[in-house]
Amino acid sequence: MQQQSYSWVPLFPERASSFAWEVDALYFYLVAISVFFTVLIVATIFYFAIRYREKEKFKSGAEIHGSLLLETTWTAIPFVIAMTIFLGGAIVYYNQYRPPKDAMEIYVVGKQWMWKMQHPTGQREINELHVPVNTKIKLIMTTEDVLHDFYIPAFRTKADVVPGRYTTLWFEATKPGKYHLYCAEYCGLNHSGMGGWIYVMEKEDYERWLAGNVSNQTPAEAGKELFEAKLGCASCHQQNDQGRGPTLVGLFGKEVKLANGQKVIANEEYIRNSILNPQGQIVEGYQPIMPTFKGQVTEEQLVALVAYIKSLGTQPQSNTMTASN
Amino acid sequence: MENIKATETKEVKVNYLNNGYSIWSWLFTKDHKRIAIMYLISISIFFLIGGLYAAAIRLELLTPQSDLFETGTYNKIFTHHGIMMVFFFLIPAIPATLGNFMIPIMIGAKDLAFPRINLLSLYLYWLGGIITLWALLQGGVDTGWTFYTPYSTTFSNSYVVAAGLGIFINGFSSILTGLNFIVTIHTMRAPGMTWFRLPLFVWAHYATSLVMILGTPVVAITILLVAVERIARIGIFDPAIGGDPILFQHLFWFYSHPAVYIMILPSMGVISELIANFSRKRIFGYEFIAFSSIAIAVFGFLVWGHHMFVSGQSIYAGLVFSFLTMVVAVPSAIKVFNWTATLYKGQVSYDTPMLYALGFIGLFLIGGLTGLFLGSIGLNVHLTDTYFVVAHFHYVMVGGTVLGYLGGLHYWWPKMTGKMYSEFWGKISAMLVFVGFNLTFFPQFILGYMGMPRRYAAYPPELQVLNIFSTAGASVLGVGLVLPVIYLTLSLIVGKKAPANPWLLPGLEWRTSSPPPTENFEETPVVTWEAYEFSEDNGLDIEKAKRELVTA
Repeated sequence: MQQQSYSWVPLFPERASSFAWEVDALYFYLVAISVFFTVLIVATIFYFAIRYREKEKFKSGAEIHGSLLLETTWTAIPFVIAMTIFLGGAIVYYNQYRPPKDAMEIYVVGKQWMWKMQHPTGQREINELHVPVNTKIKLIMTTEDVLHDFYIPAFRTKADVVPGRYTTLWFEATKPGKYHLYCAEYCGLNHSGMGGWIYVMEKEDYERWLAGNVSNQTPAEAGKELFEAKLGCASCHQQNDQGRGPTLVGLFGKEVKLANGQKVIANEEYIRNSILNPQGQIVEGYQPIMPTFKGQVTEEQLVALVAYIKSLGTQPQSNTMTASN
Repeated sequence: MENIKATETKEVKVNYLNNGYSIWSWLFTKDHKRIAIMYLISISIFFLIGGLYAAAIRLELLTPQSDLFETGTYNKIFTHHGIMMVFFFLIPAIPATLGNFMIPIMIGAKDLAFPRINLLSLYLYWLGGIITLWALLQGGVDTGWTFYTPYSTTFSNSYVVAAGLGIFINGFSSILTGLNFIVTIHTMRAPGMTWFRLPLFVWAHYATSLVMILGTPVVAITILLVAVERIARIGIFDPAIGGDPILFQHLFWFYSHPAVYIMILPSMGVISELIANFSRKRIFGYEFIAFSSIAIAVFGFLVWGHHMFVSGQSIYAGLVFSFLTMVVAVPSAIKVFNWTATLYKGQVSYDTPMLYALGFIGLFLIGGLTGLFLGSIGLNVHLTDTYFVVAHFHYVMVGGTVLGYLGGLHYWWPKMTGKMYSEFWGKISAMLVFVGFNLTFFPQFILGYMGMPRRYAAYPPELQVLNIFSTAGASVLGVGLVLPVIYLTLSLIVGKKAPANPWLLPGLEWRTSSPPPTENFEETPVVTWEAYEFSEDNGLDIEKAKRELVTA
């Protein structure tokens, strides 16, 4: 495992994700623009300041009031340049925040002051995350307490982790190595200690690592146990439409018609809300009889329930589930 | 003309400083000039406190480990630094001191429109400041100056409500000052002082006042809601009791982004004065500079979401905010180009205020351009919440606001106190501030791109060298900022007596004695000239000024 290497005065971070070069290209474009305008203005000021320095005390300068042509020019040019920067940023942002459909999903729960991760195969990690190289990975994240932010500088991406909802972050690591993980949203006493490492491994190394950390339960299996036994969800939500609640088979990603006529997509957020606040969104044709499970399930159990309901069959998911809720 | 002649008489005249020495003649004054002086002393104290916290931050960051302070203490230190500097120094710095003192004189009025309200706003500032200071001394606040929820409402075990109360009260001081300025500029201009003859300093304050009046009530409500949730546990921001933490960020930045323009617009006004007057010619593109201030004030209200690109707000909202942020960059660029063009074919002199003005352009240029990095949404994802942001806003707030403030303070010091300061030490300190500032904050751009998150008491060891540069620069900056306190104070005792118009400038404030009489002018002036009009027939007696220069 290679260590992140730095020169004596580091000027540039490691680049290790599929879209990192896009961020860097945008950065260098802006550096070029900044250097150009800084040199232009500073050189002009120096030239004017020397060329037109005071020749005689209290002598007045020339009578010049302005020029519409110049004003138009230096309004239009910065505007056009600003628009190119906006468009460049918009394209990069789109790539950063639109998770691909076929990504491997890892669940992340933040709490003061640690990161808890769980792989789809059930392995759990704290403040460390092992991922295979050249693989699309999507993090589905929430927190038990305050705001946090999952930040990997080498991947040039970050996202806030918000209590009460799921946010997502995706990346495809391109280079095996060990990279800093930081919490970038201030979260109290040990904020600067809430970090760790992302280990990017060759795929076979990752398989070996997984095999060496056998887990007893995948998130979906844990969710199934909660659903069928511990929480008793299955008594109403049955495999068919005969239960008191709607069946959850094939639900994920589908459009749901609510009693108030609204239509919503059944994504992670919807499932989470329906467990914690069942009265909020009643499915058409059902009675508002489900009790809330707020305070009875932890964030990690919620994640497991979501994983289980997802495993019950999915519709092709639309792209609405991104950085927004 | 009459006023200039009147100042030739040698006997000691009654001015605003010597017509009453008792403490009550200050505490119960309605004179905008005395109120401005009391503000000046007060904000200097808060600047000093904020500066000491800054020194503590830089000392802790000299080493990668969290070793000088406990992490909890460090969190309080950067929080206190932010609260002191933003709410009690940067926001009132120029409007409440230089604006308060100069606006009535620059438009030829006897005072502000509501002198008692002006005094009230000073009292509110003191009350708010004392309550917040009390909260900090009792144990302090550790939420960051941004008070993000649910940390501030549910998790932080510190004096959030008390500190918030101080900021809440201080907000009304800001609102009242803005109100006073707007009414004064509308109703109290001297005969002949048309809108387009107003000095650009006044235009800038008009725009600032709009932001103060429209923005400040929102942050007041937000602080109130934080207190309600913290005390009564009514769910507003904390999702555990049914609230929405992102709502807080929207409300907070709806004020706190425009607040950046409360800090920078008055400074831009000072720079317009300095560049035109020390080039001895009319400013290039007067109307464009005036309206760009208004444009900044208006568009400044539409960009708050650029603080929240990674917060979980919708992608489409992010794109719109990024677009509007790019738009708001344009009026700032227009100003920089116009200032530069003003130097063309001028008679440029390099007195201390002009050094600050030129330094401002350089630093604001970098501050503004790095704002484009952060406004570009794809780049923002990597840069936000890192030291790149810290460097950027210090370039705008220190490089912009503080340099403008110091430039203006030196420029009007002879008028305000009747004394000349040491030009030699003035130039030394201006250069120390410029060099020290760049050494402190430029390395932080690199640290930010390297990924060093802000508000970290400890950081990876490979980032230490750049942090040492930064701390070294901070000590130079510190010396540069302490020097003016010394030589400006000394000038009150040993400084040469300032003439009414030491630089022979055409503005109204230079057509009354130094320091001005309580009613500002001996008779109401009539304005017959355009702003920054240096023509011979504008009452500027060059020959006499030269004679005085020789005898002095």
